[in-house]
Amino acid sequence: MSDSLDQIFISAKHWILSLLSGLPDWAAPIISSLINIGALLGVFLTLFAAISVLERKILGRMQNRYGPNRVGPFGLFQPVADGIKMLIKEDVVPARADKVVHFIAPILVAAAAILALGVIPYGRNMTPFAIDGGILFFFAVGSTTELAVFMAGWGSNNKFSMLGAMRAIAQMVSYELPLILTTLPVVMIVGALSPDAIVAAQDGYSLSVLPHWFVMTPWGAAAFVLFFVSGLVESNRTPFDVPEGESEIVAGHMTEYSGFKYATFFMAEYFGMFAISGLAVTLFLGGWHSPIAALNFIPSYFWFFLKLSALLFVYIWVRGTLPRTRVDQIMNFAWKFMLPMAFTLIVAAAVWHYQGRGLAGWLWSLVVIALVYLALSRLLDTRKKFATRTYRFAE
Amino acid sequence: MDPTLQLFLIISTALFSIGLLAALSRRHAIFILIGIELMLAAANLNFIAFWRFGPPPQQPTGVLVAIFSIAIAAAEAAVGLALVIAIYRHYHTTSVDKLDHLKG
Amino acid sequence: MNSVAFLLIAIITLAGALAAAALPRLIHAALSLVVAFVGVAASFFLLGAEFVGLVQVFVYVGAVAVLIVFTILLTRREVTGERGINWGGAIVALAVFGGLLWTILKTKSLALPAPQIEPLTVKRIGEALMTNYVWPLQCVGLVLTAALIGALVLVMEEKREEK
Repeated sequence: MSDSLDQIFISAKHWILSLLSGLPDWAAPIISSLINIGALLGVFLTLFAAISVLERKILGRMQNRYGPNRVGPFGLFQPVADGIKMLIKEDVVPARADKVVHFIAPILVAAAAILALGVIPYGRNMTPFAIDGGILFFFAVGSTTELAVFMAGWGSNNKFSMLGAMRAIAQMVSYELPLILTTLPVVMIVGALSPDAIVAAQDGYSLSVLPHWFVMTPWGAAAFVLFFVSGLVESNRTPFDVPEGESEIVAGHMTEYSGFKYATFFMAEYFGMFAISGLAVTLFLGGWHSPIAALNFIPSYFWFFLKLSALLFVYIWVRGTLPRTRVDQIMNFAWKFMLPMAFTLIVAAAVWHYQGRGLAGWLWSLVVIALVYLALSRLLDTRKKFATRTYRFAE
Repeated sequence: MDPTLQLFLIISTALFSIGLLAALSRRHAIFILIGIELMLAAANLNFIAFWRFGPPPQQPTGVLVAIFSIAIAAAEAAVGLALVIAIYRHYHTTSVDKLDHLKG
Repeated sequence: MNSVAFLLIAIITLAGALAAAALPRLIHAALSLVVAFVGVAASFFLLGAEFVGLVQVFVYVGAVAVLIVFTILLTRREVTGERGINWGGAIVALAVFGGLLWTILKTKSLALPAPQIEPLTVKRIGEALMTNYVWPLQCVGLVLTAALIGALVLVMEEKREEK
């Protein structure tokens, strides 16, 4: 019973395909892909609508206010109202804009985010597009976003747009390095670039309560934290939202966009967030595996989306808690701390592997990470103690 | 009908010629770099095509050469563009025709 | 392999390349170059070298294109657009194209259909890179490091003099 519930979507797809068995040979793979795409878009557009209202409500709670509560019960129909508003707004294009580039940019951003979502395993046998180099595909597609952001900034012919785009590209390029280097230990230990193989490698439990997720090892935990922070930067979320810091440069590369194009940017940002979180779940949190062996009867996709929602909640939590960082702080952090730590994690993972992946390896890799961490914190300590603040009042 | 090796070679020849056109006929240094990148891409396409159409069992040699050539092309682009920036700072031009100080 | 896909990819690649070579504005040319690169990556996919296609997108679109675009921004002050292309170059390019095309069409042994091959997995490429191709790999690493440092030195030197 639980098995059939687990595979219900796969069975549904096979059923649809069997209905269309009269079609010519070449049509079957196309229809199969179209079903996958449709399911992907349906699920994530729903999630986008839900998260856009939940984010505002959670942020509201954190800031002692209610958040949206006018449209529908508890304000749950807010996304519908927002969508209608966005659709019927005028689409303003600046007169001196580079029209073609200005037009293509939002499409490219959204396409990149949606493509990246395609390689993540959402459940047992539920990878929409299982390709051998899935992780590489994810990053290859993700790197297109930089170019799209640049096109938005350039095409708008506006100095705020250009500044925002430059900031966005600078921080995305800087944090792409730690982002990829922190996935490297996982890829190294598993010995495969395909997300399915990585999830399969995290199967099994010690004492049937401790899952063999990579986040349970010292290097995995550290890599997860670094990956998460890099993910925050890559998706331009607070506290790293300098590219669109409202108080400094209006809305960055999105300044000159209105109506549906702005909505597309907004959607792409959230889709990018889903993709990065989904990859984090896949790489470190065991993908669709349940945390305890006894809970295996619950369908796999439920666990994936539970973990995804938990990570998304942390995203919102961080946004509600931390102030915006400065550009130079972001850059320094990337090059001076994240990068050496990411390299250390590769070594730590190797130590873990060669010590037999047991308790000894666990402790030794912890020692390696702790040593480098302490050394780095010593080196990077600027010893700039804050002077006691003095106040001078106007005489 | 499946595409044959010939068709892939024709495409890569066309790509190479377009790259050559950009490298020879434009005066802006970045256009010349763009041309060179296009020619390199054409060469990679040739490597992969010959690997794919070679008699089985295939060694992945063509693929590996293409990977190395992509890496080298990245290094070449980085140094080339750094040179463009350095020259621009010095002479305030990016047109290769104006860099003729060694002309007698 | 599908001939419809091949035709589409060929048209996109060549159109992107032509635009990159001929468009008057540098930014447009750089963005068209990206289209050409994606087209080349797609033909790698079509030929069964997925990994190289992904590397191509990753390196060219993610790194080289961004570099080019940044350089264009940093050297933007020059507005004097170049007028007229150098016809000598065009003639040479056409001659090369004609010559190569004639040779390819004349060589009858090139009209091969693709043989059946086992898929080239990432694992096989990795094993080859770590066994037979270790030295080239190390050399490429060295070259990349040298290029990185060289590029940094080239760009930074001027800045020191200005101070």
